[in-house]
Amino acid sequence: MAETVPKAAQEPVPKRVGLAPVRASESLMAWLFSAPAIILLIIFLVIPFVMAIGLAFTDQRLIPNPNLPTQIIGLRNFTRMFQDEAFIRGLLNNFYFVVVVVPVQTSLALFLAILVNQKLKGMNYYRTVYFAPVVTSMVVVAIVWTFLYNEQGLINAFLSAISFGALGPYDWLRNTKLVFPAIMLLSIWQGAGFQMVIYLAGLQEIPNDLYEAAEVDGANSFQKFFYVTLPQLRNTTIFVILATTILAFKLFDQVKVMTDGGPQNASMTTMLYVIDQGWGQLKVGYASAVSVVFFLIVLIISLLQRRFLREERQVE
Amino acid sequence: MATTTSSTPISDWRLRKRLGTILTYVAMTLLAIFFLFPIVFMLVSSIKNSETQVVTDMSSLYAFIPHGELGIQNYFDVFGQLEFGRLMLNSTVIMLVTVLSGLFINSMIAYALARLRFRGRGLLLGVVVALIIVPFEAVAVPLLLLVNRLPWFGGASTWLNSYHVQIIPFIADAFSIFLFYQFFINIPKDLEEAALVDGASLFRIYWSIILPLSRPIFATVAILQALASWNRFMWPLIVTRGVEVRPLTVGMQSFFGQDPRLWGDLMAFASMITIPVLIIFLLFQKWFVQSVASTGIKG
Repeated sequence: MAETVPKAAQEPVPKRVGLAPVRASESLMAWLFSAPAIILLIIFLVIPFVMAIGLAFTDQRLIPNPNLPTQIIGLRNFTRMFQDEAFIRGLLNNFYFVVVVVPVQTSLALFLAILVNQKLKGMNYYRTVYFAPVVTSMVVVAIVWTFLYNEQGLINAFLSAISFGALGPYDWLRNTKLVFPAIMLLSIWQGAGFQMVIYLAGLQEIPNDLYEAAEVDGANSFQKFFYVTLPQLRNTTIFVILATTILAFKLFDQVKVMTDGGPQNASMTTMLYVIDQGWGQLKVGYASAVSVVFFLIVLIISLLQRRFLREERQVE
Repeated sequence: MATTTSSTPISDWRLRKRLGTILTYVAMTLLAIFFLFPIVFMLVSSIKNSETQVVTDMSSLYAFIPHGELGIQNYFDVFGQLEFGRLMLNSTVIMLVTVLSGLFINSMIAYALARLRFRGRGLLLGVVVALIIVPFEAVAVPLLLLVNRLPWFGGASTWLNSYHVQIIPFIADAFSIFLFYQFFINIPKDLEEAALVDGASLFRIYWSIILPLSRPIFATVAILQALASWNRFMWPLIVTRGVEVRPLTVGMQSFFGQDPRLWGDLMAFASMITIPVLIIFLLFQKWFVQSVASTGIKG
């Protein structure tokens, strides 16, 4: 996190002492080296991005009907989406996901990182175990957990055992109230290890003399955590929180596999809605409008992140 | 015993520290069980030959105990009926081509940005950094419209249902370029300057000086891109139809959607997607962890 984007962008190219000034051939080579990446980024990122903005104001379909040419319909896509319960449900679910998963997963990840950062035997094994779900494909995770959430499955059996039969069995994935929390749980299970590793890198950057100084001042473990560790991890925490928030808005794979948004849209998400409209119902124009709203949300989060991080640097 | 421990502050402190260590291990082991049980459950279920047993075991601790008739019948079923081999081949080809060409193309532009002097360099770098923000999800639908009508060699008028539609859009990656760039600007310039004086071409400098010095960042980007490619689901779902070009993730989802659900077979399928990645992860663990840690630079 030390290197900053704007700083990098402004950084002047250092002069090469003793060598000739810019050679035309160097310029040419630079553009040749860059050309493949530039062309690919333009075709597969910039053009579709511009298309999304343009299509958002049309009723374009994936397979156009020759008798009904595509028309510009102004803001109708945008007004329509905010009248569609499925879309609103999806957007609210994304916020619901952020409100629950971001704090839980972030604190779990920090807790895990602090645990495995101790100088005790076997820490590497524990770190490996906590990280293993991260390399497991989300589709696999979704299918295994569907099995676990079965009405006669392991999770109901576990709940029943620890509550002496008072709880359950629940039909997790067919219950409109339980389905989304169920999906949140497996998402936390899969993602916590990723955040743990980022926190671990942050923890290892904290200079040891800060802890030594705190010890000299007679600080206990809790004081050391709240007055040294947490403030030192400020940047890491901002990054983790905002990255998790962006991921929360991209939520798609596990929901598509497990419930496809059901029952009764209870597990609908924005991306599920985009794909359902654009690919399922071929309404490319409308889905583009939803994509634009989705992008604006992600943009706001990213700008907040860069702003927070920059402020911190200026303070330092 | 109790009197001796409380009598001196030193032994009291030691006892407390010991108790703390034990508590730490208990907490860590409980967490380890939480993170491991679905994976163990999947692996154990996959080697139980009888579907009835898989289902009756699923509500008790027997789910984690390999007992009864064990074997690889489920794996045979998956290979026999589902063209699993084809799906595995597809995923592997797509991953290898995406990662290898991505390493080359992204490091080339990063090298130009980090080392060469040319007009527009600052602007280009700014654009690349800005593009990191644009998530693929935001352009998926218009891109679907675009690739649906793109021509390809041999007269094809659409990219749908092909390998290249799953590879080419993911080769250039702004974040990978940024990671390479950050690494390259920190390499000392002495070697290159010496080579330049000796009349080496810029490509030669990139190939024989920069590349060998940059193995760590190549490993990092390769791991991040390989994982992303192997696990990619949304895009292949919407651009492929048949089993011929589909990756494992989409094949698995469509198998999951078939009735009746055979959990033993499903767990064997899931295990076969997971085991290769887990083995590679265990072998190159240090690199995986480093790759993920490096994403923290983002922003």
